[in-house]
Amino acid sequence: MKSSNAATEPVNVTELLVGPGQPAAGTIEERARREDPAVLKTLLEQMLLIRRFEEKAAEIYQLGKIGGFCHLYIGQEAVAVGALSATHPDDYIFTSYREHGHALVRGMDPGEVMAELCGKQSGVSKGKGGSMHLFDRHRSFMGGHGIVGGQIPLAAGTAFASKYLKQPRVTLCFFGEAAVNIGSFHESLNLAALWKLPVVFICENNRFGMGTPIERASSLYELSQKACAYNMARTWVDGMDVLAVRETMKEAVSRAREQNAPTLIEARTYRYMGHSMSDPSHGHYRTKVEVEEQRRHDPIKQFSAALEAIDLVNQAYIDELDQKVRDTVEEAVAFAERSPQPDARELYTDVYVD
Amino acid sequence: MPILTYREALNQAMREEMHRDETIVLMGEEVGFYNGAYKVSKGLLDEFGPMRVLDTPITELGFTGLGVGAAMAGVRPIVEMMTFNFSMLAIDQIVNSAAKMLYMSGGQFNIPIVVRGPGGAGHQLGAQHSQSLESWYCHVPGLKVVMPATPGDAKGLLKTSIRDNNPVVFIESEVLYGTKGEVPEGEHLIPLGVADIKRQGHDVTIVAHSKMVLVALDAAAELAKDGIEAEVVDPRTLRPLDTEAIVNSVRKTNRVVVVEEGWEFCGVGAQFVDTIQREAFDYLDAPVLRVTGADVPMPYAKNLEHDAQPDKEKVKEAVNKVLYRK
Ligand SMILES: Cc1ncc(C[n+]2csc(CCOP(=O)(O)OP(=O)(O)O)c2C)c(N)n1
Ligand SMILES: [Mg+2]
Repeated sequence: MKSSNAATEPVNVTELLVGPGQPAAGTIEERARREDPAVLKTLLEQMLLIRRFEEKAAEIYQLGKIGGFCHLYIGQEAVAVGALSATHPDDYIFTSYREHGHALVRGMDPGEVMAELCGKQSGVSKGKGGSMHLFDRHRSFMGGHGIVGGQIPLAAGTAFASKYLKQPRVTLCFFGEAAVNIGSFHESLNLAALWKLPVVFICENNRFGMGTPIERASSLYELSQKACAYNMARTWVDGMDVLAVRETMKEAVSRAREQNAPTLIEARTYRYMGHSMSDPSHGHYRTKVEVEEQRRHDPIKQFSAALEAIDLVNQAYIDELDQKVRDTVEEAVAFAERSPQPDARELYTDVYVD
Repeated sequence: MPILTYREALNQAMREEMHRDETIVLMGEEVGFYNGAYKVSKGLLDEFGPMRVLDTPITELGFTGLGVGAAMAGVRPIVEMMTFNFSMLAIDQIVNSAAKMLYMSGGQFNIPIVVRGPGGAGHQLGAQHSQSLESWYCHVPGLKVVMPATPGDAKGLLKTSIRDNNPVVFIESEVLYGTKGEVPEGEHLIPLGVADIKRQGHDVTIVAHSKMVLVALDAAAELAKDGIEAEVVDPRTLRPLDTEAIVNSVRKTNRVVVVEEGWEFCGVGAQFVDTIQREAFDYLDAPVLRVTGADVPMPYAKNLEHDAQPDKEKVKEAVNKVLYRK
């Protein structure tokens, strides 16, 4: 079936559709064998770094060293790691407030990220943003945004800028599954498809918006179908499988870079911790059994087992890597702790520029 | 000096700036093919093409947010609101993204964007299309708010707003679009945050912005026949506010009337009065009075609509009161 819109070169959407429930082709091991071993090791290290960083953040949050809202990414690591592995360093990244992982994968210094969580001057946003507002201009990390869906039109905007300025830069925009119900999502997808913008929308479906499961919030569960309303390419991917995410993203990124065509990807994942640090990991909205069941599909365990199975790594290697990232995280905390609070004069700076 | 309409002055400002800087784009509903709902963008599509003059779907939140994102990446968008009533759909992106991106990124991302279009009442447009929302935007640190009253100011302030590296909310007036005045050619730049004394006087100060400047000047002309010389101070920029100009005038006249089209409660005039009482308390010979829009949704009927708005009679009455006349 041919479909068209106001734009000049219509995308053949039906050709791009992936039916519900279609898994990635082949086992993780089979797919791992086709990858560069150095890449595989990096993916593992990045996922481990996020995991240990987040565990530490939870720990020091309990000690009162981090304030306010703090949303952990534990369980979802494969999404940020797989997705960002398919980008160029100057591609734009937008996220929600659950963005520590994306920031770390982007190469932001763990010490400066931790310092931001602790509200220190040396933080990536000078201690003025906090956990939800990590930014790094030099890494094209365009921010964690705290209004659900607020980053989606912004991402259409950087994509527009790339196209307008004739720069081959793709924009990635991450948001939760609850954000597909908000107006900004729909307005932005329409604009992105209408104006043929080089952007990839990644919906991290972790099944819950705070305490509300998707079934109680969305009339549709196959979320990538939302793209059909906008004549946009779509797919879904197992968000616990880092290589599947990477493969899917590569396709979407090249569709954006080469054809200026946007894609909506639903990455099916799960968060192990509470919505934020003020929320228990399970409660009346989900059972402990459910969380434990989900933990069996742990993205890091699955991936390290696959790498062992293909004899790329062994347990000693994994232990050593784990120790390395634990050390990095310890250093990050030490850096944050010895950093000063922002100078009182910072209160009134950065409101306007000249 | 050429005489232009307010509409032409705005058009000239955008045209000149778009010639000067290729990163400037204009987007909004009907700005291109239709030449603008109020024809402010007339001819710009033909001159600059569809990549720079972009007709958007009716999606205020979406295209304003898109503009803010583009401004994070090297584009300098002018986003037209068909009228500011519809900016309420976009206010999340104006307030939560544009106004605070610089601060929450620790100074990394400034947002050079102008959100412009007409505000205030037209003629019998009813409750949803007649609002003066400047106080909403003035409330927000990180935004600048500009409201020109004359064609000359419209051009000079819009050019400066486009060059400003911060988000600027630029509110015009449907009723002013057809008014005429002198407009300097070429490089005419009026700094933001500088008021203009639209009429000199020594008996009373009338502070008014946008369309209300014309109302104040009408009132002042009639008061002059009675021997009362009113000074009309037009702040032109509401944020940052030229408090010095207001206070200096009050120190000279000792009496003040503040006029605004918007609602009284928490209106921008309340902020002016706060400044005046704090910085010129000892100079005041009478309480400061305000003339504002009536505290009701705008009615449709012609007579009621008239009664809901400040006019020269109401301004004269307030001036007489602060002068303790009659
Ligand atoms: C517009 C808006 N409404 C409500 C909130 C409060 N809130 C923060 S996160 C959240 C749930 C969002 O869930 P989802 O989009 O699935 O992302 P997740 O937290 O699961 O990553 C809510 C309701 C908000 N930040 N913004
Ligand atoms: Mg969710």
